[in-house]
Amino acid sequence: MTPAFTREQGLELLRHMLRIRRFEERTAELYQLGKIHGFLHLYIGEEAVAAGSIPSFTNEDAIVATYREHGHALVRGTSMKQLMAELYGKAAGCARGRGGSMHFFDASRRFYGGLAIVAGGLPVAVGLALADKMQGRTRVTGCYFGDGAVAEGEFHESLNLAALWKLPVLFLCENNLYAMGTALARHQSQPDIAAKARAYNLPAETVDGMDVCAVQTATHQAIGSVRRGDGPYLLEYRTYRFRAHSMYDAELYRAKEEVTEWKRRDPISTFAQALRTAGMLADSDLQRIEAEIATEIEEAVTFAETSPWEPVEDLTKDVYTGKA
Amino acid sequence: MAEFLMPTLGADMTDGTLVQWKKKEGDRIAKGETIAEVDTEKAAIDVESHTTGIIERLITRPGDKVPVGTVMAIIREEGGPTTSVASPRAVATPPSPPPPSPRTERAAVAPSQVGRLRISPAAKKLAAERGIEASTLQGTGPEGAITLDDIDRATTATTDIAKPVGTADRQARMRQTIAAAMARSKREIPHYYLSTTIDMGRAITWLKDSNEQRPVTERLLYGVLLIKAVALALRRVPELNALWKDGEAHRSERIHIGTAISLRQGGLVAPALHDADRLSLSELMQNFQDLVKRARAGSLRSSELSDPTITVTSLGEQGVETVFGVIYPPQVALVGFGKVVERPWVADGLVVPRPVLMASLSADHRVTDGHRGGLFLAEIDRLLQEPQSL
Amino acid sequence: MTTITYREAVRSGLREALKRDPRVFLMGEDVGKYGGTYACSKGLLDEFGPERIRDTPLSESTFVGAGIGAALGGMRPIVEVMTVNFSLLALDQILNNAATLRHMSGGQFNVPLVVRMATGAGRQVAAQHSHSLEGWYAHIPGITVLTPATVTDAQGMLLAALQEPDPVFIFEHAYLYSMEGELEGSRPAVDISRAAVRRPGNDLSLITFGGSLWKALAAATQLAQEGIEAEVLDLRVLRPLDTGTILTSVRKTHRAVVIDEAWRTGSFAAEIAAQIMEGAFYDLDAPVARVCSEEVPIPYPKHLEEAALPQPDKIVKAVRRLLG
Repeated sequence: MTPAFTREQGLELLRHMLRIRRFEERTAELYQLGKIHGFLHLYIGEEAVAAGSIPSFTNEDAIVATYREHGHALVRGTSMKQLMAELYGKAAGCARGRGGSMHFFDASRRFYGGLAIVAGGLPVAVGLALADKMQGRTRVTGCYFGDGAVAEGEFHESLNLAALWKLPVLFLCENNLYAMGTALARHQSQPDIAAKARAYNLPAETVDGMDVCAVQTATHQAIGSVRRGDGPYLLEYRTYRFRAHSMYDAELYRAKEEVTEWKRRDPISTFAQALRTAGMLADSDLQRIEAEIATEIEEAVTFAETSPWEPVEDLTKDVYTGKA
Repeated sequence: MAEFLMPTLGADMTDGTLVQWKKKEGDRIAKGETIAEVDTEKAAIDVESHTTGIIERLITRPGDKVPVGTVMAIIREEGGPTTSVASPRAVATPPSPPPPSPRTERAAVAPSQVGRLRISPAAKKLAAERGIEASTLQGTGPEGAITLDDIDRATTATTDIAKPVGTADRQARMRQTIAAAMARSKREIPHYYLSTTIDMGRAITWLKDSNEQRPVTERLLYGVLLIKAVALALRRVPELNALWKDGEAHRSERIHIGTAISLRQGGLVAPALHDADRLSLSELMQNFQDLVKRARAGSLRSSELSDPTITVTSLGEQGVETVFGVIYPPQVALVGFGKVVERPWVADGLVVPRPVLMASLSADHRVTDGHRGGLFLAEIDRLLQEPQSL
Repeated sequence: MTTITYREAVRSGLREALKRDPRVFLMGEDVGKYGGTYACSKGLLDEFGPERIRDTPLSESTFVGAGIGAALGGMRPIVEVMTVNFSLLALDQILNNAATLRHMSGGQFNVPLVVRMATGAGRQVAAQHSHSLEGWYAHIPGITVLTPATVTDAQGMLLAALQEPDPVFIFEHAYLYSMEGELEGSRPAVDISRAAVRRPGNDLSLITFGGSLWKALAAATQLAQEGIEAEVLDLRVLRPLDTGTILTSVRKTHRAVVIDEAWRTGSFAAEIAAQIMEGAFYDLDAPVARVCSEEVPIPYPKHLEEAALPQPDKIVKAVRRLLG
């Protein structure tokens, strides 16, 4: 792993991943304390994908993500306070508290969710790209989804239509090897996701999703291709979810040894080690970053704790525009 | 199979009008539960079933006027005392019997339309506004339902065949009923009358003391003492607690005191205070208040009107000193109480002012004579001198 | 007054919309070269070009989802789903995305999308092509459901729908496309919030919408010969429902028969009946009656299909039953 960036850039990537990790660790605690409810799908283990890919999009580009989107929103720049408030269900949340963990939205950052039906975001991303193309804009739409989505018809329909109409959309498949509890090889006759994309005439690559540098390099290149007007592109990031599908499951579907094995490839510790080896990271740097993140998290928790609920009178507000 | 008949809700009653069924065909009914509302000349009465079972068929239609004794409904009886034991057991057993199929349910429910007055909501509203008794009308709507048009026609109709039963009407009919009953009484019953003056001093003092111990809502009226005294005295002279039927007196085991209550709109009812001899003064007071309230609201139960074994009438509030009442057939006696008044009274050789009350007995000479009657009044007097034992 | 067919009315509405607003485009199966399955868009490809008249693959979920995305991206898409039968393939996008996005995002994203589709039976196309599911769609908060029954509405509702900030679904009864009618008024756009009294009467209310309107009017004509004056209500908008007009009519006539081509159980007719119970119970002089389709898949032979659907004589019979 040879960092192709400056020390500052390297530390920034590390910071992104650590922010996601520490934020989510805290949300797991808060869940157990009964502060956060519903589903809570943690991204821990997969941080390199969001951290390595999201910064390559410009502010004008659009992001469509899934129910496992805490990391994407954090890296995209939505404030941790708003995200934590959303998890609490508070009115100051990034979706007025109405969505919770699975439905982060941020119009100011063109962050279109938080769409929690598997593969449901792909057609929407295709449409966003269509609008850009029809209006002559050079924006790119980045559409994240998991390996489970490739079994859905919408995956195939969307890749086909995007390629057919040469739409500026980048499909980012976060292949963590399990569709909830079903291993890829147990649900796909052709487990090579990039190969499926190529069948629809999309350029596609498989990337080591545990290596933030590899993610960054591949994503940067793919976005460039899409922005040039060469049509859609698919990247398959091979990554791994360290924790359960949602907060808890019995993990009957995978061996403990497999998890242990993947944890040895933890994207944060391996990258930190690489930075150290390159002389870019001192212990004091790490302590400083951790301390800053810890402060940010505590401020976010305090903010979420103290901010108000949406009044019940507003329950039906925004079912229709301008109508209560 | 048991038949539910148009009940006698008073000796004078010859027929009744079914206002509405309170149960549908297929419904379960328990003994003592209200099955129908029947309009007598006096009031609309909730009538209880004397059978526990399933209502097999409702024969009489709401609005129909039928003679006493007419079969109005058929009830399929359930087994005797075993039912009450069996049902909790069935509930406790885990594999409970399967619920009836929707088909059966529908079959059971559908005929219920016969039981309930078929009237559209709009017609019902209009009928209420115009004070029309819709149950007397013949519907022309879907499946014979009463519609707005029917109410309109009823409103404009000039003949009184379909004329609604208004308040004034009811009063007139009640008067007629009372007239018939009293005329029959005087025609058939050879009355004799006795009276005695009772010193109420102890009773009133005891009542005052007793009431001071009671919360305001539980205070007793002296009328309750009188009723209780009558009830206990009847135990001594049980032949007065009887009903005249088929040419002879039938003594009643239980003592149900008919208590004359005048209605605000005029007229009179005398519903029963059941088992008055066995109730405490507090219970009697409570039941009495409840009875007055329901009598005036027109929601008496049928048994309350048909059950009395003797009647007590008290006109003290009207300032009357002595009452000589007319027996309410088929009862054989009536006790009258007047007003409590201060009178000079000789006690222990001294003339002192005492509160006294005139008690009277009207009795059927076919059943008792003056000797037994006198004993009865003396017993009432004796009991009222020991109010604490009431 | 101009006499045109329903089909021409839809087409003129489309043409007018495309002319008025450069953001408007039409996409769907065979809307371009073929000219539209029902020829509604015939000639529009030549007039507006392939960018704005887009033939799509047979991918209902994705092209409806792309419509959502394009609307989010600033366009004013008109998506034609060939028939309501195929819209089932897009139900996820309609219900989970189009209808929820505004509320779920706390008011950040609205979806100004118009979806048109043919609905209904009566053309001997058998069980899979004869559904009447607009009542299902009317169940969903967040969308508007229109059922144009006249040529004026066929043309005008489309234009009005394009002014709405939120998703609008237009159900065109396939049986009506060849029907001729007179365009009313000079302004093509019409109100899309109110029901309309199509024939006044005092004796009872026939409440219906879409293709059944004409059956109800035929029944009313027949009833008039018997001296029964039926008021015929065309609901026009199933959601948000104009309850006021329904109740006003029922309070006047005291009787209602609801005619709905959907299956009786759980039909929109049931909703209307419930609204009447809630709002006009004490004004009713008879139970609300329904004339709906028989509870069978719609069969192919003409005599069986006719027997399965609401017909004027069934309506007349229902009315006679109500009148006792």
